Amino acid sequence: MANEGLDKAVSGEYALGFEIDIETETVPPGLDETTIAFISKKKEEPEWMLELRLKALKKWESMTEPHWAKLDYTPIDYQSISYFSAPKEQLDSLDEVDPKILEAYEKLGISLDEQKQLAGVKVAVDAVVDSVSVKTTYSEELEKHGVIFCSISEAIRDYPELVKKYMFSVVPMADNYFAALNSAVFTDGTFVYIPKGVRCPMELSTYFRINAINTGQFERTLIIADEGSHVSYNEGCSAPTRDDHQLHAAVVELIILKDAEIKYSTIQNWYPGDETGKGGIYNFVTKRAICEGENAKVSWTQVETGSAITWKYPSCILKGDNSIGEFYSVAVTTLAQQADTGTKMIHIGKNTKSTIISKGISAMKGQNTYRGLVKINNSAVGARNYSECDSLLIGSECGAHTFPYLESKDTQGQVEHEATTSKISDEQLFYLRQRGITEEDAVSMIVHGFCKQVFSQLPMEYAVEAKALLELTLEGSVG
Amino acid sequence: MSTVMKIENLEAKIGDKQILKGLNLELEPGKVHAIMGPNGAGKSTLSKAIVGHYDIEVLGGDITFKGKSILEMEPEERALEGIFLSFQHPVEIPGVNNAYFLRTALNAKRKHQGKEELNAAEFLREMKSHLADLGMKSDMISRSLNEGFSGGEKKRNEILQMLILEPEVIILDEIDSGLDIDALRQVSEGINKMKDGKRTFLVITHYSRILDYIEPDYIHVLKDGKVIKTAGAELVPYLEEHGYDGIKED
Repeated sequence: MANEGLDKAVSGEYALGFEIDIETETVPPGLDETTIAFISKKKEEPEWMLELRLKALKKWESMTEPHWAKLDYTPIDYQSISYFSAPKEQLDSLDEVDPKILEAYEKLGISLDEQKQLAGVKVAVDAVVDSVSVKTTYSEELEKHGVIFCSISEAIRDYPELVKKYMFSVVPMADNYFAALNSAVFTDGTFVYIPKGVRCPMELSTYFRINAINTGQFERTLIIADEGSHVSYNEGCSAPTRDDHQLHAAVVELIILKDAEIKYSTIQNWYPGDETGKGGIYNFVTKRAICEGENAKVSWTQVETGSAITWKYPSCILKGDNSIGEFYSVAVTTLAQQADTGTKMIHIGKNTKSTIISKGISAMKGQNTYRGLVKINNSAVGARNYSECDSLLIGSECGAHTFPYLESKDTQGQVEHEATTSKISDEQLFYLRQRGITEEDAVSMIVHGFCKQVFSQLPMEYAVEAKALLELTLEGSVG
Repeated sequence: MSTVMKIENLEAKIGDKQILKGLNLELEPGKVHAIMGPNGAGKSTLSKAIVGHYDIEVLGGDITFKGKSILEMEPEERALEGIFLSFQHPVEIPGVNNAYFLRTALNAKRKHQGKEELNAAEFLREMKSHLADLGMKSDMISRSLNEGFSGGEKKRNEILQMLILEPEVIILDEIDSGLDIDALRQVSEGINKMKDGKRTFLVITHYSRILDYIEPDYIHVLKDGKVIKTAGAELVPYLEEHGYDGIKED
């Protein structure tokens, strides 16, 4: 077999596993009302927010962890996690952000210095380290266009009406176990509001970094695109290499009003653990968008290469007539990684349209599951869905699984589903090697080809990053 | 006679079946060698053995290229040294842009030779200059490698790769199969362009049709895993008339 040596070629190398050497303020492990009160106080939140958090805690305590996903992991001890950790001396101006954090972000390829960014395309960044947002760039420039781009903590203090109206409106407080946990303990995340008719003048992004030991990260993001507006938002993340698992349970809510559009891209690169399954992030995320008005459009694009466990189903509620939902996903599992990911497309409005393109790549002992639901309600006359789920296997110990669910009440709805599973064939590899291309490069070329439909959805600079990341994940080249 | 490639007493099997049974062949630099023979004689096995295909297990003998044994070399090393196989059935690789693939291959070769790599613009000029000659459409630049190509397009694309990579020993495995008369002419012209007195061709074919277009210097008849006869081009009409059974061993 020509596949010998392939494992070596796909064992990856995690390049972002360094630790930022900063002093932190971390609460002792454990979760009860006191912890919640502490977090709320730390964030100088109004009383109403604390009450909502406590309500969520009660609901969470009455719920049990779900186990329907095709994931096998050691139980999470929620009382052994610390729910708040922040770099000490949190300051407002750029000059006062701990230089070590600035340096770490530079190392991650993200400049928090607006002056330095002028050369390239402008990207506004919200930098979140553990439980706090340390810096948000270009907020003032964006404000001139009426765009609000700030941390969710600031939004709770400064824009309580918007937060009260929209938070929990797409992902209810007790939607699921992990969402309820997040609702109680969420720390930081990003808030975006794009006013009527405004096309956001630059890419917005958030970069999440888990740094402290024994903590979890529970961010919450809320993006509202008012009528006729447009925004492209990108998130990235990474974490140090550690022997223990760390929990990441986030909630993202998107609200898209009439004629508005949100393009949401994720490059998920949490620490994946090692090939025996030691260490790595447990990534349990609830992401949901609602196309509230007519002709609203939402597009989720995700490139998932990291985490030991991924449980994530970015969904679209297509309520407005003619609204459009799209889901483009590349999920890579190598080493001992497991991913159970997909989407839900809920068609409510007339002539709503959804597209699902999912590409799963499994190597070594990686297990990759696509789980998707397409639901077409009675009201959704003329609804259409197209789904394509392709799996690529590299080697013989990995696995790919596909669970597409369809609930259609509308006989007029049109649903198409295609699924393929393929192996990188010896024939393909040999063809490329006969032209002088090394086996490693040949694997990466075939994999890139496989992912092309999804990568082409990413903004250019992120597509380049995603390609490089995929190469690193699968090639074990120098980090 | 000087030799660019020498195959000595080569024995090889595919699965449990021994196909090559002590094959001897010497390739003279700059010449066109045609390998002919009935089905199952071992023609494709020979070409696969030369390029290090994973199906083949070499049991004995040796293949030397420019005086060095290549049997221990990886397929990509053999390619970088200048051995090229035009595949009988080129495989489809979805999503991999044809131009990107070819540039990667060319730059791997240039790097191996200590030359500067070509950037995308330089490469495209080079690629476009060959497309028209081969009667290929310019969308061949952006299409996925061999995906949805017709038989003729696949073969032309093989020749395009040959023209760009400029190999020293070129193995053409059934290059004429599936080609209509125009395609055959264009492909042959592409091949003839590479005949510069230095490059060596090994033309593997069932039928003599292609040999009307690419004049061979030598005909080697392969039967039951051995070369049983070597002669000049004059053997072709004889074979046409009498078939392989009429050949007496040398």
